[in-house]
Amino acid sequence: MGASAIPFIIFTVIWAGVGGFLPMVVPKGPNRGIIQVILILTGVCCWLFWLCCYVAQMNPLIGPKLDRNTVLVVAKQWGIEILIVFHFQSDLTKAFPGYKP
Amino acid sequence: MLMSKPLSFGHGPQQTLKCVEVHKIVKMGSLFRSAEMTLCQLFLQSEAAYACVSELGELGLVQFRDLNPDVNAFQRKFVNEVRRCDEMERKLRYLEKEIKKDGIPMLDTGENPEAPQPREMIDLEATFEKLENELREVNQNAEALKRNFLELTELKQILRKTQVFFDEAVAGGNVCHQAELSAYGGSQMADPSREEEQVTLLGEEGLRAGGQALKLGFVAGVILRERIPAFERMLWRACRGNVFLRQAEIETPLEDPSSGDQVYKSVFIIFFQGDQLKTRVKKICEGFRATLYPCPEAPADRREMAMGVMTRIEDLNTVLGQTQDHRHRVLVAAAKNIKNWFVKVRKIKAIYHTLNLFNLDVTQKCLIAECWVPVLDLENIQLALRRGTERSGSSVPPILNKMDTPEDPPTYNHTNKFTSAFQTLIDSYGIASYREMNPAPYTIITFPFLFAVMFGDLGHGCLMALFGAWMVINEKPLAAKKSDNEIWNIFFGGRYIILLMGLFSMYTGFIYNDIFSKSLNLFGPSWRIFNISNADLKSKTVFELDARADQNYLGTSYPIGMDPAWQLATNKIIFQNSFKMKISIILGIIHMLFGVVMSLFNHLYFKNRLSILTEFIPQIIFLTFLFLYMVLLMFIKWFVYFANISDDDIVYGTRCAPSILITFINMVLQKATPYEPKCKTSNMFAGQIGLQYLLFYIAMICVPWMLLAKPVLIMRKRKQAHAYSVTHQQMASATENGDAQQTGGGTGGHGEGHDEEPLGEIFIHQAIHTIEYVLGSVSHTASYLRLWALSLAHAQLSEVLWNMVLSKGLKVEGWPGGIALYVIFAFWASLTVSILVLMEGLSAFLHTLRLHWVEFQSKFYMGAGYMFQPFSFEVILDSASQSKEEP
Repeated sequence: MGASAIPFIIFTVIWAGVGGFLPMVVPKGPNRGIIQVILILTGVCCWLFWLCCYVAQMNPLIGPKLDRNTVLVVAKQWGIEILIVFHFQSDLTKAFPGYKP
Repeated sequence: MLMSKPLSFGHGPQQTLKCVEVHKIVKMGSLFRSAEMTLCQLFLQSEAAYACVSELGELGLVQFRDLNPDVNAFQRKFVNEVRRCDEMERKLRYLEKEIKKDGIPMLDTGENPEAPQPREMIDLEATFEKLENELREVNQNAEALKRNFLELTELKQILRKTQVFFDEAVAGGNVCHQAELSAYGGSQMADPSREEEQVTLLGEEGLRAGGQALKLGFVAGVILRERIPAFERMLWRACRGNVFLRQAEIETPLEDPSSGDQVYKSVFIIFFQGDQLKTRVKKICEGFRATLYPCPEAPADRREMAMGVMTRIEDLNTVLGQTQDHRHRVLVAAAKNIKNWFVKVRKIKAIYHTLNLFNLDVTQKCLIAECWVPVLDLENIQLALRRGTERSGSSVPPILNKMDTPEDPPTYNHTNKFTSAFQTLIDSYGIASYREMNPAPYTIITFPFLFAVMFGDLGHGCLMALFGAWMVINEKPLAAKKSDNEIWNIFFGGRYIILLMGLFSMYTGFIYNDIFSKSLNLFGPSWRIFNISNADLKSKTVFELDARADQNYLGTSYPIGMDPAWQLATNKIIFQNSFKMKISIILGIIHMLFGVVMSLFNHLYFKNRLSILTEFIPQIIFLTFLFLYMVLLMFIKWFVYFANISDDDIVYGTRCAPSILITFINMVLQKATPYEPKCKTSNMFAGQIGLQYLLFYIAMICVPWMLLAKPVLIMRKRKQAHAYSVTHQQMASATENGDAQQTGGGTGGHGEGHDEEPLGEIFIHQAIHTIEYVLGSVSHTASYLRLWALSLAHAQLSEVLWNMVLSKGLKVEGWPGGIALYVIFAFWASLTVSILVLMEGLSAFLHTLRLHWVEFQSKFYMGAGYMFQPFSFEVILDSASQSKEEP
C-alpha cells in the first residue's frame, strides 16, 4: 500500500539502465573496467537513495503541521481543495485582497 | 550487483604474458590492483649504457635500485660528469638570473629535447662557458663604466651646488651674510662664518684680504643622504665647532653600480682653517664613506672643469649605451635557448646520476643494473633498450633478466587525469600493499555520493558543479598557467572530484527537494488540505494534516524525492530526522559490507584460505546478522506500519509502530521490548523474537571464531610441519637463502613471511583485530550518522540564511524594495558561496574522507606498500622547475 507502480517502474528502469545496461555497452578500451564500475555504482547509489526516500514517505505515520497562513496560501496556490475555497471565501478574500475565486 | 562485479576485474597472478591480447586485458583492470612488478637485472655495454638509460628516462617505467649503497657519493664512477653538469646548471642559473634582471621573456616552447650525446656535453659546456665569460666581462665593464659615470655625475653636482655656495659668498654683501647668519648663526657651527662676517664688515676688499689672510680651506664631496645628521654631529664634535658645513641635496637618485640600487645623496662642502683641521675633516669623510672631489677655487677653473665633466659624461653615456645593447643582445640570444638547455643539462645529469647506481662488472666492459619494472611494460622497455643500443651504435644488445626476490615490490597504479585525483585521496592515507585491492575505483562514485548525502542541495550543488565543469572544460589553458597559488592548485587538482561532488549534490538535493532551502513542486504534493472547518480556521493557528489515507494523505507518495509539503511544515525536522538517520545507517552498513566483501577478494587473490575461513566469514556473518538485520527492520517498518484508519489496524498503526533503535538494543541486551496493551505485541513480524535470538547467538559465536580460530590453526599446522621433517626443511631453507643472496645482490634477505612470527604475537594480533572489528562495527555504524548530522546542519543553515537575509529583502515594499533586494541579494549570495558552499563543502569533504579512510578502508585495506618511483625525465624536470620557482 502507498506505493504506486508507475514511478517505481520508471525509476527502477532508469537506474537499472545506467547500472545494468550501460556497463555492457561500454566500448572496449583501457578504461572499460573503471567506466563499468562507475556506472554500476552510480546506478546502485542513486536508485537506493531514491528508493529510501520514496519508501519512507509511502506510509506516513505523521502528517505535516502547517501554519494557518501556510494552509491558506497552499489552498490558494496549489488549488488543492476547491471545497475549502467555497467554505472560506470570505477569509481568503480578507487574507489576499486580490483574490478572485 | 555491487559485490559480485569486482570479481570479474580481479586477476590471478598466474596470468602471464603469453600474448599481446592478454596484456591488454590485464591492463584494463590495472587500477583495481597495482600493476604486477618484477625485479630485473640489466646488463648494458658501457658504450651503450648512456643511450639506453636516456631512452628509459623518456619512457619513465623503470625504478633503479642503488647497487652501491656503501660507496659514498664522491667515489662513484660518474661523479665527474655529475659535477660538470652541476657546473653547467650553475652557469645556466646565472644566465637565467641575468635574463630575469633585464626582464627579457624566456621562450618556453614546451618542447622536450632528447638528452644529448655525451660528446655534445663538451660543446654545451663550451657554449655556456663562453656565454658566461662574455656576460661577466660585459657586466664588469658596465660596472666600471657606471662607477665612472657616477663619479662624474657627482662631480657635476658638486660643481653645480658649490657654485651656489661660492656665489652666495661672493655676491652676498652684508645682507646675504645676515641671512646666512640667521640660518646658521643660531648654532655655534657658524663660528668660522662669524669670523668671516667680522671680516666682511671691513668691506669687499677687507673680505678678500681677510679671506686670504685667514686661508680658509675647503673640501667638497658627496655623501649618502641618511648619513648627513651623524656626519654633521661628528664633524662638530671632532673639530670643536671650528668647521663650517654646507650641504645641498641631489634631487635625482643615483644608481649604485655594485648593487644596482637607487640611492639618494647630498653634496656637502666643508670650510675649515688650518692643516690640522683638514686632516681631521678628511679622516671623518673617509669614515663616513663620503667621496671627496677636487674642486678648484677659482670660478673660471670651475666652469672649465664643469664643461669638461659634461663632455665626458656624454661620451660615457654613449659607451654605456653600447655596452648595454651588447649585453641585451647576448641575453636575448640566450633567452631563446635557455629552457632547452636546462632540459638538456638536467637530463644528462639525471642519466649520470642513474649510472652511478649501477655496478661495473669484472671486465669493466659491462654495467649491471637492478630495477623494478611493471611486467606489462617489459616489451616497451625492451624496445626502448633496443632503440638506445641502435642510437649508440653498439653491436651487443643489452640483456634484461627477470630475478626472483623475497622483497615486496613497489606499488604502481596506472592513473589518468581523471582517476589520479581519487588515487591521491587513497594514497594520502597509505600506499596500497603490493597487488592489494585498490579502493580508488570505487571511491570515484562512493566519495561524491556520500559527500552529496551531506551536502544535498540542488542550488549549492549546481554552483559547485558549474565551478568543477568550468575547470574541466578550461583544463588545458588553466593547466598551462602553472599558478603558484596553493589553494587554487588544490582545487584544480581535484577538479573532477569537485565536478562529481557537485553533480551528485544536485541529485541528492533534488531528492531532498531542497534548493537554497526551498522546495520544487513538480508533481503535485501527496497531501491535501481537507476537512478543516471554519471554526478550526478561526481558532487554531497550526493544523496537523491527518496522515490517514482517507483524510489529508492522498495514498501514494510523491514520486521523486521529498514531498514539498514537508518544506512548509513546522514539524519538518521530526520527519526528516527519522528519514535521514535511517538512510545514513542503511548507506553506512552497505558501504561497510562492501568493504568486507573487498577483503574476500584480497584473500582470494593471495590464496589465503585460512583468512577467508577465520576472518572473512565470521566478519560478514557478524555484520549481516546484527546490522543488516537492523536495516531490514527499517524497511519492514516503512512497508508495514501506516496511519491506521480503523482501530482494527491499530497493531500496524502510528501508535504501535516500534522504535527500531529500542528493538535493536533490546535484541542485543536480550530484553523484551515493552508495548502498549492494545498493540498486543512488540513484534514487527511473527517469530521475530526467536529469529533475533538465533541471529544474536550466531553473531556472538563469530567473536571467539575470529579471535581464536586463526592462531589455533596456525599452531596446529606448525606442529605438524615440525613433526614432518626437520632436516629436509633445513636443507631447503639453506639452499633458498643461498640463492636469494646470490641473486639479490647486496639487498640481504629480510622479509620472511609470518610463518616465523612467534605464536604469542599472532594471538595478540588476532585479539586486536577482533576487538577492533567488533567494536568498530558498532562505532563505525554510529559514525555514519554524521551523514544525517551534516545534512541536517546544511539544510538548517541554508534555511536560516534565507529567512534571516534574503526574505528580509523580499519583504520591503515599493521602489526601495528593489534597492534593498539588490544589496541584500549580494550579501546573501556571498554568504551562500563562502559559508554554505565553501565552508560546508570543506567540512562535508573532510567527513567523507574520514568515512572512506576509517569506516570503509579499515575493512580490507592494509596500506603497507611503498610507491613506485620510476626514473622519469618528466618527473625530474617537473620537480626541478618547481623547486626553482619556490625560492
